[in-house]
Amino acid sequence: MKEEPGVLLQISPIRNGTVIDHITAGEALNVLKILGITGTTDECLSIATNVASEKSGKKDIVKIEERELCAEEVDRIALIAPHATINIIRDYLVCEKMGVEIPQVLLGVVRCPNPGCISNTNEPIKSRFEVTKRGLHCLYCDWYLKDDIPGHII
Amino acid sequence: MRQHIISIKEFEKAEIDALLDRAAAIDEGNYDHKALEDRILGVLFFEPSTRTRMSFEAAMARLGGACIDMGGVEASSVVKGETLADTIRVVSGYADAIVLRHPKEGAAQLASEFASVPVLNAGDGAGQHPSQTLIDLYTIRQAMPLEGIDVGLLGDLRYGRTAHSLAYALTQYDVTIHTLAPEGLEMPPNVVEELRERGVEIVVHDEIKEFTRGLDVMYVTRIQRERFPDSASYYAVASSYRVTPELLAGAREQMIVLHPLPRVDEIDPRVDALPHAKYFQQARNGVPIRMALLLEVMR
Ligand SMILES: [Zn+2]
Repeated sequence: MKEEPGVLLQISPIRNGTVIDHITAGEALNVLKILGITGTTDECLSIATNVASEKSGKKDIVKIEERELCAEEVDRIALIAPHATINIIRDYLVCEKMGVEIPQVLLGVVRCPNPGCISNTNEPIKSRFEVTKRGLHCLYCDWYLKDDIPGHII
Repeated sequence: MRQHIISIKEFEKAEIDALLDRAAAIDEGNYDHKALEDRILGVLFFEPSTRTRMSFEAAMARLGGACIDMGGVEASSVVKGETLADTIRVVSGYADAIVLRHPKEGAAQLASEFASVPVLNAGDGAGQHPSQTLIDLYTIRQAMPLEGIDVGLLGDLRYGRTAHSLAYALTQYDVTIHTLAPEGLEMPPNVVEELRERGVEIVVHDEIKEFTRGLDVMYVTRIQRERFPDSASYYAVASSYRVTPELLAGAREQMIVLHPLPRVDEIDPRVDALPHAKYFQQARNGVPIRMALLLEVMR
């Protein structure tokens, strides 16, 4: 799996951590939000936005040092940046490279927009959405979440 | 045999037909009066719905079974902050099936995940109410075949989920659905889209006379006063969506009028005496349908 870091790390190579490449241009900050990274957390970050890309014209890149993303975090990123690639870096080398894939069911990832939905109460359940072409479909109350998906990510 | 009855969407046509057939047999007296003799139904109503509750209790009694409920405790256990999940786990230990009415949408789905006995949804918030839809279908089928008919949905089609559920169920049959709703209370676009995807033809109307003329079934739902800024604007809308004998003079002779009840102003009481009026028959049909459902999950 090991390969040369190449173009990915030209901006500022990191020793250990994650590089999220090919993020839909403009979505880098939402990716950070999904990862729970705010101005008050202490990760060492590099963010590049609107970088020229052969594939898509423009893209965003996020690098996070000393943190390897877990599968659930990757699923969340897929919601807003379906073409992103996740590169796990160890000792300056790309050790793992994975695409993101929107899962069929999102468990505990987004909040239901329906205020009357049982999943918005203190019941011992996680929100559960099925990913459909009409949007995210709440498997409790049957509502669809179409717009502002980043704003509903838990 | 089905474990839970949560949403009409999960029923295949053959299963609906079988349930309606069973209800028809029950209606003719062909059932075992002791079929559920040793069974107990837990009746959990977290919001009042006297008729639905009575018809489930009557259905259970006719099959020889017993009902238990939480009496006035349901309100206080909510006050104490007990989760629905906990209530369901506890009552699962007392009863052989649970019928649930709850103000939150998705409550029945949640209940089914925590119950060790079958759960029957008797309405969750503005959500699903599958037994009502089966009653609607059964009442239509008593009057005409469920194929090749024009069904009109009239009234609040935005919040009136009984109309949505009926429409979903009708997509399994070869019917045309007609809609007429006041401005702002039209059927939500995602519902229309899903219905069309399921292959049903939907005709949207804006004039009640023309709407009425082409129907075999007119399904009327209540327009709630609280959806309007003031009572004057409510009355202005309500009066133009009112079903009267004069309006029905232009309808097909065999057309039937249904309403999930209770009604307020949307059907003129003079309509009650006309052969079109089937809403009291529809209410009575609650018992055989619920008997069929109880047999389905408990026997
Ligand atoms: Zn929901």
